[in-house]
Amino acid sequence: MIYGFMVFWGWLNIYSATYDEHQSIFDFSINSGRQLMFIVTSVFLILAILIIDMRFYEAFAYIIYGLIMFLLLLVPFIGKEVGGNRSWLGFGSFGVQPSEFAKFATALAVAKFMGTIGFRMDNIRNQAAVFALIGGPILLILMQKDYGTAMVFLVFLLVLYREGMSPFLLLVGLGVAVIFILTLLVENNWYLFGAIGAAWAMTIFMNRRKKIKRLIVITVGAAVLVVTILSVEFIFSNLLEPHHQRRVMVLLNPDLDQLGAGYHVYQSKVAIGSGGVIGKGFLKGTQTKLKFVPEQYTDFIFCTIGEEYGWLGSLIMVGLFMALLFRVVFLAERQKNRFARVYGYSVACIFFFHFATNIAMTIGLFPVIGIPLPFFSYGGSSLWAFTALLFILLKLDAHRMHVLQRL
Amino acid sequence: MNEGRKEIIQFVFVLIGFVFLVKLFFIQIIEDSYKNLADVNAIRKEVQYPIRGIIKDRNGKLIVYNNPEFDLMIILREVKNLDSARFCQVFEISQDQLRALFKGFHTEIRNRKANELQPYPFIRQLSNYDLARIQDNIDEFRGFFIQVRTTRAYASTAAANAIGYVSEISKRQLDNQKEHFYRQGDYIGKSGIEAYYEQYLRGTRGVKYLMRNKDGVIKGAYEEGKYDTLSVPGQDLTSTIDLTLQEYGEFLMKGKAGSIIAIEPSSGEILAMVSGPSYDPNLLTGKNYSENFVLISNDSLKPLFNRPLMAQYRPGSIFKVAQAMVALQEGVITPETRIRCDRSIINCHGAHTNEDLRGAITNSCNPYFREVLRRMLQKGKANNPFDDTRIGLEEWDKHIMSFGFGKRLGIDLPNEKRGLVPSPAYYDRAYTGRPWKFSNIYSIAIGEGENLVVPLQMANFAATIANKGYYITPHLIKSIGNSGVPLPQYTERHYTTIDSANFRIAADAMRQVVESGTAQYRAKLKDIVVCGKTGTVQNEPKSDHSVFIAFAPRVNPKIAVSVYVEYSGQGGRAAASIASLMIEKYLLGGTQRPNIEDYVLKGKFE
Repeated sequence: MIYGFMVFWGWLNIYSATYDEHQSIFDFSINSGRQLMFIVTSVFLILAILIIDMRFYEAFAYIIYGLIMFLLLLVPFIGKEVGGNRSWLGFGSFGVQPSEFAKFATALAVAKFMGTIGFRMDNIRNQAAVFALIGGPILLILMQKDYGTAMVFLVFLLVLYREGMSPFLLLVGLGVAVIFILTLLVENNWYLFGAIGAAWAMTIFMNRRKKIKRLIVITVGAAVLVVTILSVEFIFSNLLEPHHQRRVMVLLNPDLDQLGAGYHVYQSKVAIGSGGVIGKGFLKGTQTKLKFVPEQYTDFIFCTIGEEYGWLGSLIMVGLFMALLFRVVFLAERQKNRFARVYGYSVACIFFFHFATNIAMTIGLFPVIGIPLPFFSYGGSSLWAFTALLFILLKLDAHRMHVLQRL
Repeated sequence: MNEGRKEIIQFVFVLIGFVFLVKLFFIQIIEDSYKNLADVNAIRKEVQYPIRGIIKDRNGKLIVYNNPEFDLMIILREVKNLDSARFCQVFEISQDQLRALFKGFHTEIRNRKANELQPYPFIRQLSNYDLARIQDNIDEFRGFFIQVRTTRAYASTAAANAIGYVSEISKRQLDNQKEHFYRQGDYIGKSGIEAYYEQYLRGTRGVKYLMRNKDGVIKGAYEEGKYDTLSVPGQDLTSTIDLTLQEYGEFLMKGKAGSIIAIEPSSGEILAMVSGPSYDPNLLTGKNYSENFVLISNDSLKPLFNRPLMAQYRPGSIFKVAQAMVALQEGVITPETRIRCDRSIINCHGAHTNEDLRGAITNSCNPYFREVLRRMLQKGKANNPFDDTRIGLEEWDKHIMSFGFGKRLGIDLPNEKRGLVPSPAYYDRAYTGRPWKFSNIYSIAIGEGENLVVPLQMANFAATIANKGYYITPHLIKSIGNSGVPLPQYTERHYTTIDSANFRIAADAMRQVVESGTAQYRAKLKDIVVCGKTGTVQNEPKSDHSVFIAFAPRVNPKIAVSVYVEYSGQGGRAAASIASLMIEKYLLGGTQRPNIEDYVLKGKFE
């Protein structure tokens, strides 16, 4: 237990240190200095989290959730506008993004709800309630037009899957995503319709001896895909903002617009690609130092690692995240109560989603959405939120024996 | 039922991590274009053009120097929001001209002679006046900058063909270069000294690596200038040319076609090398190079044709001096040998009947030298006259070529011609296998027939006689940088196969030529003993070429000259006059015979 705590503690320090290194001065007027302040405050946050009785988190899960939801509700009205998104609440010169804290609040609430005695995943009403818990912040954050952060909550599906949800939804989701991309790539939709129709017919034929229910499920799945295709055009041109449209198109065709919408990704790939095997060395990165990559200290922080430390640095960083994720999953699995386990998985999945989408967008595998890299990206709200996420889990883990005793 | 789902989730984690590492491996390690793109992004390479070495004459007078010149460079990739109306206003060009410039540039890109990432000279050679106006406004136009380099300027228009010119490197030169020194738009010596000494004159380019941010603003030196190199100026050259003598020679050659070459015999240094007609080298520098080049190269008088090295003529009677020395060396005659002037086979001139060797040279007796050659080629070493001639000719060739005829002397200029000393193999080809013997080829005895020499070889021959048996390869540069010495091949003595005693006889005879022979009226000087030999090269149906070689003074010669004036009649007239005037100019500083100078300038030699 102590060991795990120490390892995490060490990891956190490494992350913080790695992060700090790329900025040279500890001056509070620049980002690295401020980040240092955030780190120091997160230490207090950690202490506070560890001091507070573990039962607090379970008991106050809904209250925290409610409070954050209230703040999210307020944001569109009293929030500051930063970078086109109205997602900040200002407190003096510092602002916070409630959407960052919504992640761990939702994790707590979902865990609490699923940890309730008598909760069953196959109970439709219970399922609906969980989806409502997850859907609430998604809706509120969508109102802020912060699509990236909203997408984070989709990762709870993975948590639910762990807790017994049918993989059907995940598969359909994946299928929809694939079809969406294909629709944008393939000019004539009739090819896709034909392919789906053929697949449907073949599946029905092969399962003709099976129960009717199966056949219905298959038919519904196919229908969903067809509807997706039909709605792509509508979603793409009506629901997505023009700059989101361009980001998606750029992903599909990277050379389309290197100076416009593709500029982020192009410059990011140039920066990372120029790193080579071992990188250019600390503070030697020409691309990042000369600010070719926009937002390189927040969402595109990975460029710095890629350019200055090369592929080996990337390997180490990916390795660290893998270790962190496995450790969190390990901790989650060894929890004795469902609340802690669900919460642990939420933590792992949220970290995973951030890590995956952030790296993917910097190397041009995913559209550019504003997703920070946990512990690396600059930003107080996200650092505090990730710290809280992680250390609440540690706190729960530290007292997992108490849970047993209490039962 | 939830067993194994933990592993599935972990598998997803690892899968994504693995995908990232593979993708990163590709963009970071396999693909190296990103590295270049990054450099293009962040590093501006600024070429520091070295200053080309200047060229001075033997007395330190400036011949060629440098003028600063300014090119407007473009990096197309960086050009953004170009305000074309403003651009036209600042650069004082019309919209059509601007369109034409861009069109030309795009054509170059299509032809892969330029690309949008590398600086390309958009407008070349802006004047100082343009520059003053542009410099204040250049910052308005992203992707454009001014690059400074120098063009050639000429303090004297003399010796244009010897000095040569500099111009932009051609596509072919660019492709054929071995060391990858030059790039598109670089300047290179194209002819003359500029071409021959290119590697000394050009210096070493420097490169300055500057970092710039995304807006193209320079943020200082890259890595504190660790990779920067300073440009090293080219080495200055000191020419062997005496600019005063050179200019005087060009003055005398005005309106004539031909050459004057003056050599200091003891060193092989070329004091003057005049090619007439010449051109104004200033036409081949600066903005109007292309138009002027077309103009000059299409001139019917071929001013770019460097006659001293490239014009191959029959040598005429001056060849008799060589003939005499070879014959003496071979022992077929002595200085006292008298031969009857039998004009039945070959014509002659002047009133003489039965001269010895000196007399034959003095009067340029054709039958005498025909007989001399016959004795050399028909020694009776073989049973039939054909083989006999062949053996004799081989021996003769060896001697003649030791004077530097029939081969490139190796002057420090490009495009030197060989001339021709006919060999047995040559006659075999010419007669396509039919037999030939002395009676077929005797006109080479008097420097006619198949012999071909270039004026430089004649001057070198005069210098060889002055040196009594050897020559140092004529050259135009006596010092590279501060070395004080020419290239090593220009200090070596090349000895002929002839004994120096025989040279003394030849020199005596040449002394006679000027004193009382064919050159007595126009080459004889009051205070200087000149040794010379006239030549009148037949040129049916046009007028003869006028030829004269000379050296002076008789003892301890300081100057050897060859003069070749096309279509100007007897050697004793135009050529002898010019040669003696050059000798006077060099040794005395000017002529004591204004009438001869007038005679030459008037140019009527008939």
